[in-house]
Amino acid sequence: MELIVEHVNKEFGKQRVLDDISFSLGPGRILALVGPNGSGKSTLIKSLTRIHDPTSGSIALDRMDIRRIDPIDLSMKIGYVPQHFTYTLYSTVFETVLLGRRRYIKWSVSEEELSRVQAALDALEMGDQAGKYMDQLSGGERQKVFIARALAQNPALFLFDEPTSALDIRYQIEVMETMRRITLEQHSSVVIAVHDLNLAYRYADEVLVLSHGRMVGFGKPGDVLTPGCIRRVYGVESVVIENEYGKFLLPLRAT
Amino acid sequence: MATDSPADTANKTTVHSLYHAGSTRRIALIAVLSAIVIVSAILSAGIGTVAISPEDTILAVVHPPAVALNAFLAYNLPAGVPVISGVLAAIPSPSNAQAELIVTGFRLPRILLAIITGASLAVAGAVMQGLLRNPLVSPFTLGLSSAASFGAAIAIVVGPGILGAWFLLSNDIFIVVMAFIFGWLSMLLVYGISRSRGTNQSTLILAGVVIGYLFQAGVMALKYMTNNDKLRDIVLWLMGGMWGASWTAVLLLLPLCLICFFLLERMAWDLNALAAGDDVAKNLGIDVEKFRLTGLMISTFAASCCLAFTGIIGFIGLMAPHICRMFIGSDHRYLIPCSALLGAAILLVSDTVARTIMSPVEIPVGIIMYIVGGIFFLFLILRGQGRGLY
Repeated sequence: MELIVEHVNKEFGKQRVLDDISFSLGPGRILALVGPNGSGKSTLIKSLTRIHDPTSGSIALDRMDIRRIDPIDLSMKIGYVPQHFTYTLYSTVFETVLLGRRRYIKWSVSEEELSRVQAALDALEMGDQAGKYMDQLSGGERQKVFIARALAQNPALFLFDEPTSALDIRYQIEVMETMRRITLEQHSSVVIAVHDLNLAYRYADEVLVLSHGRMVGFGKPGDVLTPGCIRRVYGVESVVIENEYGKFLLPLRAT
Repeated sequence: MATDSPADTANKTTVHSLYHAGSTRRIALIAVLSAIVIVSAILSAGIGTVAISPEDTILAVVHPPAVALNAFLAYNLPAGVPVISGVLAAIPSPSNAQAELIVTGFRLPRILLAIITGASLAVAGAVMQGLLRNPLVSPFTLGLSSAASFGAAIAIVVGPGILGAWFLLSNDIFIVVMAFIFGWLSMLLVYGISRSRGTNQSTLILAGVVIGYLFQAGVMALKYMTNNDKLRDIVLWLMGGMWGASWTAVLLLLPLCLICFFLLERMAWDLNALAAGDDVAKNLGIDVEKFRLTGLMISTFAASCCLAFTGIIGFIGLMAPHICRMFIGSDHRYLIPCSALLGAAILLVSDTVARTIMSPVEIPVGIIMYIVGGIFFLFLILRGQGRGLY
């Protein structure tokens, strides 16, 4: 699955939220979107799954403009985990994950669909929580349920809007490792908005840095996330530390 | 994982077993509710100023078709075939000579109207709550009831007049038509207003509440200006009741509401998906705006059809879906039929009590329903999380 984004602009009223975004992402690759709050990460992710369409520019999956793909077909290709998630009081974990199979379910639910739900939950070590109600879970567990729902969709492209923001460090690593594994096993691509630059360093193949809706960097994490870039985008002094485990970014102080 | 408890590891539950156990329990619950509605209907048909036994009630309903069948057989089969005498022997006329007239002529249309209305309002409430992801939404809160009241009040105060004469409408039918039109079209107004300010569903709910108040102001103005007789009519209409029951009403409402019910039931999976949020629903391939408008228009149609005949029946649209969710969960495939049956049972039982408790004087059904239903609902809330399903 190849994603090509060309000259995408998005305006809400008079406010330009995305300004001339162009990039491409190959199969099995993880792209991290980084940038300060309000830099346009969520807007870009939502454009990719047609929650809203760009004002101008084009987004193509395997050389086909997503506006020309049937919404049902598109929904089978793209899985999305929102930043803020919603659930109802009386919904259970497995019913929430089952929604990911919506497009494959006509009315009754086949054994195969249930197996996929089980597999998605197991992948995130949530299998034994399947019968719990959503509000009985911790914030982190709930977030994992929503990630499991996207896994159950079995898409070629995953869109994650800060999926690890509510997770403690153990869950963060679990989720990122799961994603890494899926990209390797299924050649799915991932676009993931993250705040933790070290997660981007460690797991992303490519990083796209956004600032005020503009692309200010695109490339390998080590090439893009430099102290100079961090200073310009975030206004934070930082150093890159390198040891036997790889490169780490240590923020020092606000400039 | 660290969260493993001994119970979890001892009997490992899978998604498969959870799903199948849940489905079985849900179907059982729906079957029980259906039985409750049917038994209530039979008992209700027997209760009143003239008491009729359940056997006579059933015979009163099935005897006329049996007579017709007998006549048909007698005409078509050669004489002497034992089937012919067997039909009427198996289904004799009721022992109480008046039973047939009382049951089929008076009580049955009223019972059916209560069932249809209760079911429609409850389904409308369940669907609206799902569409707007808000547990406080009902035909009441979205302004539908107030709008229908306003339509009815205009019809009562102004009378059919020139417009009615044009379409040959009698006074009663004019009220029904006006209530329906105002009730249904109010949803378009509410939706239109909310759409002009973006697509947020809280805006829609607020617009509904505001539109409701505006129509209430209209009703108040009409009540204040009109004469005593018409004031009494308006007040009675606002209280709601099954007084308008007739076979015409039943035969008109039954197909309309059944169609709405099946259309809404077909939307069940998308309603489930909508629970995960508009953005996720869009990612799952649902045209959220179109879906929401369609769902609101269909549920409002069903609700305003019934309200037009019965006047304002509150509470069921809010309460029945809630109670059902507690017992059956939030899967709309089951929630919609379950709400329909519970709504039907609540309204039928309340109406039966309302017409018999001070017999021969009838009291408005709302009084009974709000008291009994309110106490029951409070009990459910105070009992804590009623989650028997998983």
